[in-house]
Amino acid sequence: MKVYGDEMSASVARVLLCLHEKNTEFELVPVNLFACHHKLPPFLSMNPFGQVPALQDDDLTLFESRAITAYIAEKHRDKGTDLTRHENSKEAAIVKLWSEVEAHHFNPAIFAVIHQLIVVPLQGESPDAAIVEKNLEKLGKVLDVYEERLGKTKYLAGDTYTLADLHHVPYTYYFMKTSHAGLINDRPNVKAWWEDLCSRPAFLKVSPGLTVAPTTN
Amino acid sequence: MAGIKVFGHPASTATRRVLIALHEKNLDFEFVHIELKDGEHKKEPFTFRNPFGKVPAFEDGDLKLFESRAITQYIAHFYSDKGNQLVSLGSKAIAVIAMGIEIESHEFDPVGSKLVWEQVFKPLYGMTTDKTVVEEEEAKLAKVLDVYEHRLGESKYLASDHFTLVDLHTIPVIQYLLGTPTKKLFDERPHVSAWVADITSRPSAQKVL
Repeated sequence: MKVYGDEMSASVARVLLCLHEKNTEFELVPVNLFACHHKLPPFLSMNPFGQVPALQDDDLTLFESRAITAYIAEKHRDKGTDLTRHENSKEAAIVKLWSEVEAHHFNPAIFAVIHQLIVVPLQGESPDAAIVEKNLEKLGKVLDVYEERLGKTKYLAGDTYTLADLHHVPYTYYFMKTSHAGLINDRPNVKAWWEDLCSRPAFLKVSPGLTVAPTTN
Repeated sequence: MAGIKVFGHPASTATRRVLIALHEKNLDFEFVHIELKDGEHKKEPFTFRNPFGKVPAFEDGDLKLFESRAITQYIAHFYSDKGNQLVSLGSKAIAVIAMGIEIESHEFDPVGSKLVWEQVFKPLYGMTTDKTVVEEEEAKLAKVLDVYEHRLGESKYLASDHFTLVDLHTIPVIQYLLGTPTKKLFDERPHVSAWVADITSRPSAQKVL
């Protein structure tokens, strides 16, 4: 299996976390994001939307990090961590549900904040405070839902760690480097859940690659 | 099977996604109308079903779900032996479907939904369509449809040679856009145009209009 991307990309990290949870061998093929190689033809033939990561496994080429994690979790369903609850259709549906929540409710808000505080300065611009404020408010509301949910279950989809939790990890790690970490730390159930996610061996292997940091808060 | 309930609004694209999947599977279900204009979706008891206050919500016996694409995937897998096959077998085929679902969800739907909002729903609420937004979003949609055009030159449907959830998920937004000037973006691309005609003529798609 080859993963094309850069370790500092949160979307790439999602895939790397999954590979480590499954103890799967892989090769990381670097794509120079600062030189925009992901927007150029050789890479575009793997992902016409010009985004990392892409994955090659024999004759299969995939992109979209959450499709890649689903593939890895399914292909290696009998080893490593059970990330999908595949043996029980109803539990599997709940994993899918909270994975959709991450993709549609959590990620847009947290991504907007990270983009302003970390990526925009790298492009030589100033963060837009209005965008940050609006999305912190949205993120707070999502985290209120999580706080209540995590009062009932240990992880988002039930009592075991699944893709629904994993998909949150890379952007949350970057978010905790900003001055807004209180959104997580001030919610006891969310905080406990986050600390648990950070203690996993797979996370400890991937987090050293998540090297960008906010230059401004 | 008794016990399936959908809580939603018949005009909602996300609700229609679930209804189309149920029709593809010939499943019986009860439809519980949630009155969006009264804000019913933002209040209890609906928010017990979806704390994010969006339609649809879903029930099958003791299983309670929300998020339309989680619901359609549950329907496709749990009822895999009923009606039309909406997914494929084998890890690689499933992965290609998963990828197609992500693309529709992250690239097609946000843009398509904005165009539907501006051109279909705003006028219904007495608001004015913002032509600048329409122009910007059509430019983005054109790029996504170029990717689809290329893909549909290689394969009859987006993820396979048979109709799957990847095609199904696009239907509600496409149905609305066909009634707007944005229709031209589909008409201008021959493979996309043929695919649109095919998927929107399915009996399941016709039933939600």
